[in-house]
Amino acid sequence: MDKITEIKDAISIIKDGQTVMIGGFGVPGTPFILVEALLEQGTKHLTLIKNEANIPQLGVSRLIEAGRVDRLITSHLGLNPTVLAMMNENQIEVEFNPQGILAERIRCGGAGLFGFITDIGIDTVLSQKKQVITLNGQKGLVESALRADVALIHAAEGDGLGNLIYEKSARNFNPVIATAADVVIAEVESVVPIGTLDPDNIHTPGAFVDHIIEIKELSDEYGILEDFVFG
Amino acid sequence: MDKREKIARRAEQEIKAGQIVNLGIGIPTMILKYLKPEKRVLIHSENGILGMKSHCRREDADRNLIDAGGGYIDLDTGASFFDSVLSFSLVRNGRLDIAFLGALEISSRGDLANWMIPGKYTPGIGGGMELAQKARRLVITMLHTSRKGNAKILTSCTLPLTARSCVDRIITDLAVIDVVDDRLQLSEIAKETTLKEIIEKTGAPLMIPDRELPQF
Repeated sequence: MDKITEIKDAISIIKDGQTVMIGGFGVPGTPFILVEALLEQGTKHLTLIKNEANIPQLGVSRLIEAGRVDRLITSHLGLNPTVLAMMNENQIEVEFNPQGILAERIRCGGAGLFGFITDIGIDTVLSQKKQVITLNGQKGLVESALRADVALIHAAEGDGLGNLIYEKSARNFNPVIATAADVVIAEVESVVPIGTLDPDNIHTPGAFVDHIIEIKELSDEYGILEDFVFG
Repeated sequence: MDKREKIARRAEQEIKAGQIVNLGIGIPTMILKYLKPEKRVLIHSENGILGMKSHCRREDADRNLIDAGGGYIDLDTGASFFDSVLSFSLVRNGRLDIAFLGALEISSRGDLANWMIPGKYTPGIGGGMELAQKARRLVITMLHTSRKGNAKILTSCTLPLTARSCVDRIITDLAVIDVVDDRLQLSEIAKETTLKEIIEKTGAPLMIPDRELPQF
């Protein structure tokens, strides 16, 4: 069970000025307990890579609101007016990516590739800052790979080898982020003995994961957001 | 009937049996209410779901099961979960039969602008560019004019584009308009309006077929 780590020891790996990639799409899959520990540690001048910035006063938004994040590489901040206001006041630098292009840039980073070529965003403002090349007669933008110093992810089940299983829409960016950082820290709701997980159902093989943090009790942040019950 | 409900009800007719469908936020999501179950379509959600149903009640909400807009949802039979990479492979490789999105502006040749108003509204891109550019068929559902009464259908877009020449059909509270060979063709007229009103509220030339147009 060598990968099971105390949360403070794992988070202490993250230093000022580093790049941290964080899983989650909304509440599902966001590693709130790891994010909270990073906030408590006081690490600053971070570059964050995350699909969105949660909502005000929740998850990574708390890190950003506390002024710990210099740069955010993301896809959409429509549910976070606080971070949008900080962006408009130049308190944080934000780089927007089409959502699947963000995922694919991370995938490349995790797969040992430099980047890829795509026609997504061609003829838009996105093409202005990017190299445009022609391949097999088709014009495309060059998208560079993304990697991080540390990845923070959330899984439903895991074991001491680092094998992980995600649940429902909490999977999202977590498996790809698990491949694209020098150190991968996973918080896990249920840590089971090695050999218990069905090898056919493991989403992230343990080789990608460095530290497993066992979640003792889910905090309120993992619960239902009443403002998003529309039915 | 509320204008937005009318648009959603008409838009449902665009969906064919067995299709893979993506519904953007706003009016597109309202299509679910009118979707005939016998069509047995699978609704894709960008956060890694194929086979989502409508927003669920509080007692059925699962903390790990939301749509791309953050709302808690029910699952359809035959649903599957996957990661964000696979989710957009599905979109970009042409497996998505039809997508419905909203718009700020649409041009005569089907250019779409729906992701930013420089200096005012810059929430980010999300899945919109990939959906607009790669869905096999793109239907825009929107109110015909802006809140201030300005035309949203224009000869050319003034706002930054989401994607060029991507729109196939526009469904508004007043009309159904198709993009045909870089021009706009009026295809249906709402019962509540007149040809004159549609022309007045459209900022681009409309081809009007020389026949009785269907009403909706």
